[in-house]
Amino acid sequence: MTGDELIFELSTPGRVAYSLPTDETPLYDLAAELPAHLVRQAEPGLPEVSELQLMRHYTSLSNKNFGVETGFYPLGSCTMKYNPKVNEVVARYPGFSAIHPYQAAETVQGAYELMYNLQEDLKVVTGMDAITLQPAAGAQGEWTGLLIFKKYFEEKGERAQRKKIFVPDSAHGTNPASAIIAGFDVVEIPSNERGTVDLAALKAAAGSDTAGLMLTNPNTLGLFETDIVEMAEIIHEVGGLLYYDGANANAILGKTDPGEMGFDVVHLNLHKTFSTPHGGGGPGSGPVGVKEHLAPYLPSPLIAKEGEQYVLKELPRSIGRVKGYFGNFGVNVRAYAYILTMGPDGLKQVSESAVLHANYLKKRLEPYFDTPYGQHSKHEFVLSGKRQKKLGVRTLDIAKRLLDFGFYAPTVYFPLIVEECIMIEPTETEAKEVLDAFADVMIEIAHEAEETPEVVLNAPHNKAVRRLDEVTAARKPIVRYTKPEEN
Amino acid sequence: MTDKKVCLFSKDHEWVELIEEDHVRVGISDYAVEQLGDIVFVELPEVDSEVLKEAEFGTVESVKSSSEVYSPVSGTVAKVNSELEDKPELLNEDAFAQGWLMEVKTPGPFSKADLMTYDEYETYIENL
Repeated sequence: MTGDELIFELSTPGRVAYSLPTDETPLYDLAAELPAHLVRQAEPGLPEVSELQLMRHYTSLSNKNFGVETGFYPLGSCTMKYNPKVNEVVARYPGFSAIHPYQAAETVQGAYELMYNLQEDLKVVTGMDAITLQPAAGAQGEWTGLLIFKKYFEEKGERAQRKKIFVPDSAHGTNPASAIIAGFDVVEIPSNERGTVDLAALKAAAGSDTAGLMLTNPNTLGLFETDIVEMAEIIHEVGGLLYYDGANANAILGKTDPGEMGFDVVHLNLHKTFSTPHGGGGPGSGPVGVKEHLAPYLPSPLIAKEGEQYVLKELPRSIGRVKGYFGNFGVNVRAYAYILTMGPDGLKQVSESAVLHANYLKKRLEPYFDTPYGQHSKHEFVLSGKRQKKLGVRTLDIAKRLLDFGFYAPTVYFPLIVEECIMIEPTETEAKEVLDAFADVMIEIAHEAEETPEVVLNAPHNKAVRRLDEVTAARKPIVRYTKPEEN
Repeated sequence: MTDKKVCLFSKDHEWVELIEEDHVRVGISDYAVEQLGDIVFVELPEVDSEVLKEAEFGTVESVKSSSEVYSPVSGTVAKVNSELEDKPELLNEDAFAQGWLMEVKTPGPFSKADLMTYDEYETYIENL
């Protein structure tokens, strides 16, 4: 017994985790009614274990998990900040957790009020005029925003003509994917040597067939797109729209907002910027905000206030629903709790600390790793492992070696425009000691790459598993357990 | 096997080999494959479909990323390397031999246009 067995391997025929009285209802012979090809020829082979075995198995698995409460998690563009526990307490209040979306509005006024207030607060954060809380996460927010683009052009009679969505070559992969799914053609815009959008290339590409531009600001290199006002002018002049990917909003809270920059549509990732659980702990929430001229197209219904009452407001020209009920309501409760506990000054400090932490780490690491862009970063920054590559140590090896020291690896090989890229986002919730410990380890790994490269190349050394065979897993995936005798 | 020294290259790292005056073979360079890492999936166009110069004609996916491949010529797809469906690793093994992607029939005689020679391409990637 190592605790590493699959639950199938723990199985003993006849062992059960339940004890029920004998069922006296005669068995129904379903097989007699089904066509032969739908009838199971053998038992399904489910694991047979005791309740305690079952608990130990899953506890052992959960102990192998790593999250932001286990250690530093500097995953670039993912904003893995700490999720304050007060959010969890509030989300469990029966007034929020023991209600049903089909309840009459007058019996759930508190929940409606919360959603209304959150819509209002997010309007301030984004500089937009109307907000929907429906989208389940960032990519669904993008798709929602692009359907709004489409509807807007449809009503203007320009849908057939406006096909092109511009996406910079540093963009998140979800941007082009959402544009394609929404029925647009994607045109990639190159970055200049400063790591920001090449304005001349954008200008040359813009025309009467332009639907719009999708942009993350600061971008995935952690750099602020200082030409954003000019970009907005270029796109608006040809009749297109601007979409703000809010994945990096942690860098701008209270400092500037997408409305001020000239964007028409915005999504936020509440599970990044607004401290709701992320990754395996989700679900996410990706509210979408729009300027006045696009407000009629938002997913329906919105929460509105009529006198002292909160009501559901249907929008007749809406693109329709994008998610059941009210989106991920429990997540929205947590985000609202976060906004209230932080307050406007607190949110501003989030950005200031996030940016300070990123630049502090960048400065400490600069002598040991290549930094492709000289200017100050925002809340995240990229390093290039080019120097280490010449010694035979790749970025992947550095990432694996970090695991030995109890750190989660940063995002690697993204953005694609940086060779051997390492993308680090420390977030505002880490103490200086943690940032220093991480920097010390990165520097130690840089030394190892020079002096004892085999230590890095063979990492991780102290984890439950070593290097996984990613290639075979991708080329010949095994997605189902097969009993040894079936092999 | 294709001799890479007789190939012409695009800035997007595709190679072209002239088979007949209006018939070419297309693949991606060893440099591109090296950048991508272990390739796990290749998506190719349908035979008889049209490809446009500088437009996407397929996708190459590696453990690191998924990249579009852009056609260095315009014409009709005459043949695709269907062996890559089950054995994408052929691209890693030899991008210029069993790792070719498609053959294209061009409307007129193939013209080099802005494509680079092998020596020019070598200089180009050195400066990337």
